[in-house]
Amino acid sequence: MAAVVVKDLRKVFGDVAALDGVSLSVRDGEFLVLLGPSGCGKTTFLRIIAGLERQTSGDVLINDEIVNDITPRARGVAMVFQSYGLYPHLTVANNIAFPLRTQGTTRPEIGRKVEWAAGLLGIDHLLHRRPRQLSGGERQRVALARALVRNPTVFLLDEPLSNLDAKLRASARSELKQFQQKVATTTIYVTHDQVEAMGMGDRIAVIDHGKLRQVGTPSAIYDHPADDFVASFLGTPPMNLVEHSGGLLGFRPEHFLPREMLDGAALSELLFRIDRMEYLGSERILYGALDGFQAKCDVAAKLPAHVPLSGIRAGEWHKFAVREAELRYFDRDGRCTVSPKEQAR
Amino acid sequence: MSAIAEAAAPRRPPRSRFTTFDRLEVLGPLFIIPAILYVVVLVGLPFLLALYYSVSAYSIFNPSWTFVGLKNFREVIDSEIFRRTLANTLIFTISAQIIGLLLGKIGAMLLMQEFPGRRLARALIVLPWAVPVSLATLAWVWMFDSLYSVINWTLVAAGLIDPAHRPQWLGQEDLAMIAVVTVHAWRLFPFGVVIFLAGFTSVPQDVLDAATIDGAGFWRRNYQIILPIIAPIIMIALIFGTVFTFTDLSVVYLLTKGGPINSTQVLGTLAFQVGILSGDVAHGAAICLFLFPFLLVAVILLLRSLRRREI
Ligand SMILES: Nc1ncnc2c1ncn2[C@@H]1O[C@H](COP(=O)(O)OP(=O)(O)O)[C@@H](O)[C@H]1O
Ligand SMILES: [Mg+2]
Repeated sequence: MAAVVVKDLRKVFGDVAALDGVSLSVRDGEFLVLLGPSGCGKTTFLRIIAGLERQTSGDVLINDEIVNDITPRARGVAMVFQSYGLYPHLTVANNIAFPLRTQGTTRPEIGRKVEWAAGLLGIDHLLHRRPRQLSGGERQRVALARALVRNPTVFLLDEPLSNLDAKLRASARSELKQFQQKVATTTIYVTHDQVEAMGMGDRIAVIDHGKLRQVGTPSAIYDHPADDFVASFLGTPPMNLVEHSGGLLGFRPEHFLPREMLDGAALSELLFRIDRMEYLGSERILYGALDGFQAKCDVAAKLPAHVPLSGIRAGEWHKFAVREAELRYFDRDGRCTVSPKEQAR
Repeated sequence: MSAIAEAAAPRRPPRSRFTTFDRLEVLGPLFIIPAILYVVVLVGLPFLLALYYSVSAYSIFNPSWTFVGLKNFREVIDSEIFRRTLANTLIFTISAQIIGLLLGKIGAMLLMQEFPGRRLARALIVLPWAVPVSLATLAWVWMFDSLYSVINWTLVAAGLIDPAHRPQWLGQEDLAMIAVVTVHAWRLFPFGVVIFLAGFTSVPQDVLDAATIDGAGFWRRNYQIILPIIAPIIMIALIFGTVFTFTDLSVVYLLTKGGPINSTQVLGTLAFQVGILSGDVAHGAAICLFLFPFLLVAVILLLRSLRRREI
């Protein structure tokens, strides 16, 4: 069963199409990550599903019902905003209780549910504080608790970790994921951070300029990018893309290794001129150019830092290779295709 | 090489590039002096003078500094006219505040909407403020005029009143109070709009959106989210407006001079009549200062409750 379905969603602001024909189906209980660069329309997408914004055209279905003309409060969705949107004049307890009050829940019931949500997120000791007396991580939990208390049909999370510092973000990431598995509520999680997307999503939907580029599991998105945008958006550094018989040839930096490190057949050998090296502790990244290929940006190779750099120096040409199975081909329009060799067959 | 040699050579300490006027301890007092002078000379001294007048027997016919204690205040309270004036002042101030702020809130809510010409409307709304009060009030005098009143003309044309019994806006006791309250509320209205606009725009959109999603409708958003958040701002506006109105005499003086039969007499106009026109400075000062202790306590309490909310 699909909890949320959108069909051919379009949203136009003036002459900018923030969403340009997005169709997507989110499964019941699924953690779907919407991944894309800033300004690609992610927030707009969530706001339309929540009912805060009206789409220009297209349909939104929640639990198989068209909700285009249904008010936000009747849709039964909960949203966590980028800056959390906590009520500054209310205590944490009253913040969490607010959505219950609007539903006319009885007083003892409210008390019980607030306690339950606060316990689940470990903020019981903060219930009498006001939002401004909380740290970023605590605010995020309060926002989550407030979203959680009334058993929403869907959680909509808009970059909820972007206001946290790097260390806190890493722990919040896994907590959030575990928490979602525990409550098993359908979740649409918006982020521009590919690490969050890869680490948390059951599936990832990659979006760019208001268009859906690819939907799939993290490994499908990473290993088999549907087009050159997805290929160049994921991975640090992203997939190398070089011009090749009218289209593009792509391979991941971690698959692009010195020839002597790879053995077996079915290798593509390439001459690589190393221009500069970065040492990142656990790995080394080499940047340079390929003999006989044009590329828009530097070609990168990612080597584990513990292998010795036998004779590899900047400014010199070296024989590198990629397994043919790791090569990806993109046609003139950037869409993934089979290799030209197979096309000929 | 030469740089090192130069640095090593003993040098006379260079004369400072900074003049006396670059020093913070000179510049700070210098900048604050005009403001202090202004407050002391134009606010502080007259206020102290008024304080003394109110406990003296000073009048322009007998400029004596004799101290008489609270005698002036006792005589003022005993006067029928003063008690009526006090009641009028309260009615005038409170109704004008409520009407001005309510209209201000509605105006601000309308101006928050997107519509063509919004910027022009926002600019025009401050007009009652920009026009000198005497000019604006004179326009109102004509609108309330017994013979030429536009208001009456409109009401007659709309068939709402009998042409033979036109209301004498400034000539009937009850209507005169309505008239002065109307004009003063009209003067306060732009202030209310500006205050509420500032308040509304200071409420983060995320908070409003969260309330919408949490199931709050129009009224709940307004009275449980927006108003509590902007309450401190409104409170300041209320204090300011109240003090401003308690001490104001221009609208009443220009419209009715306190009449008819003292029905619109407020503390300001009465003090002016007694203290300046009749020359009884001591009693005028007592009338003026009568509300000062109450206002002071009210303002202090309000400000303290504001500060407590902040924490
Ligand atoms: N209320 C609005 N008015 C006009 N343009 C908007 C509005 N909201 C968003 N946009 C535009 O729509 C595009 C997508 O915005 P948004 O959904 O906020 O992107 P994201 O959340 O992915 O960063 C941007 O180009 C933005 O400028
Ligand atoms: Mg956004």
